[in-house]
Amino acid sequence: MRVLWTLWKREVAAAFHTPMAWLMLVFLLLVTGFNFYAGVSVLNHGPTEVTVVESFFNTVFFWFAFLLLFPLLTMRVFSEEYRSGTVEPLMTAPVRDAQVVVAKFLGVLFLYGVLWLSTGLYFLIFWFQTRLHAAGAVGAYVGAYLLLMLMGMFYLSLGCLCSSLTRHQISAAVMTFCLVCLFFFTGLLSFLGGYVGTFMRGVTMTLSPIDQMTQFSRGIIDSRPVVWYLVMTATCLFLTLQVFQARRWRG
Amino acid sequence: MIVVHGLTKSYGSTHAVRNLSFTVEKGEVVGFLGPNGAGKSTTMRILCGYLPADSGEVSIAGFDIFSESLKARSRIGYLPENVPLYPEMRVSEYLCYRASLKGVRSRRVPEKVLDSLDLCGLRHVEGQLIGTLSKGYRQRVGLADALVNEPDILILDEPTIGLDPNQIREVRTLIRRLASRHTILLSSHILSEVEMTCSRVLILNRGRIVATGTPAELRERSGGQISGAIRLEARVPDAAAALAQIRELEDVSTVSLSPANGDWSVFEIIPSEGDPRPGIFDEAVRQGWRLRELSARETPLEEVFASLIGTATEADSRLEMEERP
Repeated sequence: MRVLWTLWKREVAAAFHTPMAWLMLVFLLLVTGFNFYAGVSVLNHGPTEVTVVESFFNTVFFWFAFLLLFPLLTMRVFSEEYRSGTVEPLMTAPVRDAQVVVAKFLGVLFLYGVLWLSTGLYFLIFWFQTRLHAAGAVGAYVGAYLLLMLMGMFYLSLGCLCSSLTRHQISAAVMTFCLVCLFFFTGLLSFLGGYVGTFMRGVTMTLSPIDQMTQFSRGIIDSRPVVWYLVMTATCLFLTLQVFQARRWRG
Repeated sequence: MIVVHGLTKSYGSTHAVRNLSFTVEKGEVVGFLGPNGAGKSTTMRILCGYLPADSGEVSIAGFDIFSESLKARSRIGYLPENVPLYPEMRVSEYLCYRASLKGVRSRRVPEKVLDSLDLCGLRHVEGQLIGTLSKGYRQRVGLADALVNEPDILILDEPTIGLDPNQIREVRTLIRRLASRHTILLSSHILSEVEMTCSRVLILNRGRIVATGTPAELRERSGGQISGAIRLEARVPDAAAALAQIRELEDVSTVSLSPANGDWSVFEIIPSEGDPRPGIFDEAVRQGWRLRELSARETPLEEVFASLIGTATEADSRLEMEERP
């Protein structure tokens, strides 16, 4: 446990000691800030059917920032260690491979959490300014941020897997982006209409983050996506561990 | 402390290490010597549990490196070749991180870190970012990292490579100082270094041990006492006559006259069997020659090394030729 804590601390410190974490924070706050402004300004043009929270979590800007975060956050985690050779002192210290994988995953997950929690400031500001709630109920915040974390877990573990495969950060980033997009846009399969059966359409709808977010940001928490993301995260982390071990064992 | 038996490792079709066996006793300083690509780094990586071997056994302080890897690893301080470090960390921060990673109790971390900082002469750069350090200091940080949990065994892969002569001397002094408390296995392709720091040498070539012994033993083994020419500088009345007189002496095979050095005639004498030097001296006394130099060149370890590697490589290729159908 202490080893895990030590490794995790180094991961987080590495992100905040380099400009990377700060740049991403700026990027995210800029994009979501504009997104929030757009969401609020809609209210000025008369009544709408959606709350600020719902509109905040369902715009192109939001999803754009969301998708771009994963390759940026995860490309470094393993590739950097391979490239600089620091994996050698790391793995000759008495640490288990699984501890390293889990610590690295928890490190990026923490960073991801900090980044998104900072967007909560917008809703606080909204409340201070207007004395109105941005959502219909507390459940909407819980739902939206819960789904954000769940999706984050899956996509970050996918990113860790890609990073463990290569010593080139850029390759890892490209792979991550492609895979994340692949899973993200499964929902679009339902638009193929006649080519896809009703059952498949149901499956892709359930797995589509956009549809999920529509539900969750209303405070409707569906257990199917929860299970899906947890299982997929575990699978990706398991694969990452296998790749991480195999790379060394291959020599 | 370190027992290696029948270690074999290949990368694809390249054999890096072939059936390697050796032991290192507690308190020994053993040097791994060999040309580049001899399998030194591969062996060291296997010993540290970083690479798995294809076959063979490695026991570190009684623990098997494959089945009890964590226990074995916590007894080793390893300095990898080229010393990879995290550039964004500060020196003392890095050492604290490494210490707690290696299982040093939290309470004792600051004390151990200070000790290793002092030992490696890093106190005045402890707050500096590792990325801004020079090569010599990075090497010292690596060494401090290897020492921080006071392991029984130190495995140092090319500890002085890329350092300037001053830094090399410092690192050697440090290693000698550490020898009293640790068992050390270090690798090098520089002979004088191994000669200066190690009590025993293992010469490795193409993944095999071709020779082992103390530097003195190795020197003795290859070609007896005097291998090279004897040099005689003397003031003689007639160089040609002196040449003939020397040729008549016992144990002298051939004599030749080198260009004179001012008034001094210089002779190159190739001995036949024994040592002709006492005979030459007696002759000089008898003839009344004034002697300035009478010396035999001792075989340097370089030559021992070259001859061992040379014969081993020849034998290898002969073997490979025979193996071919």
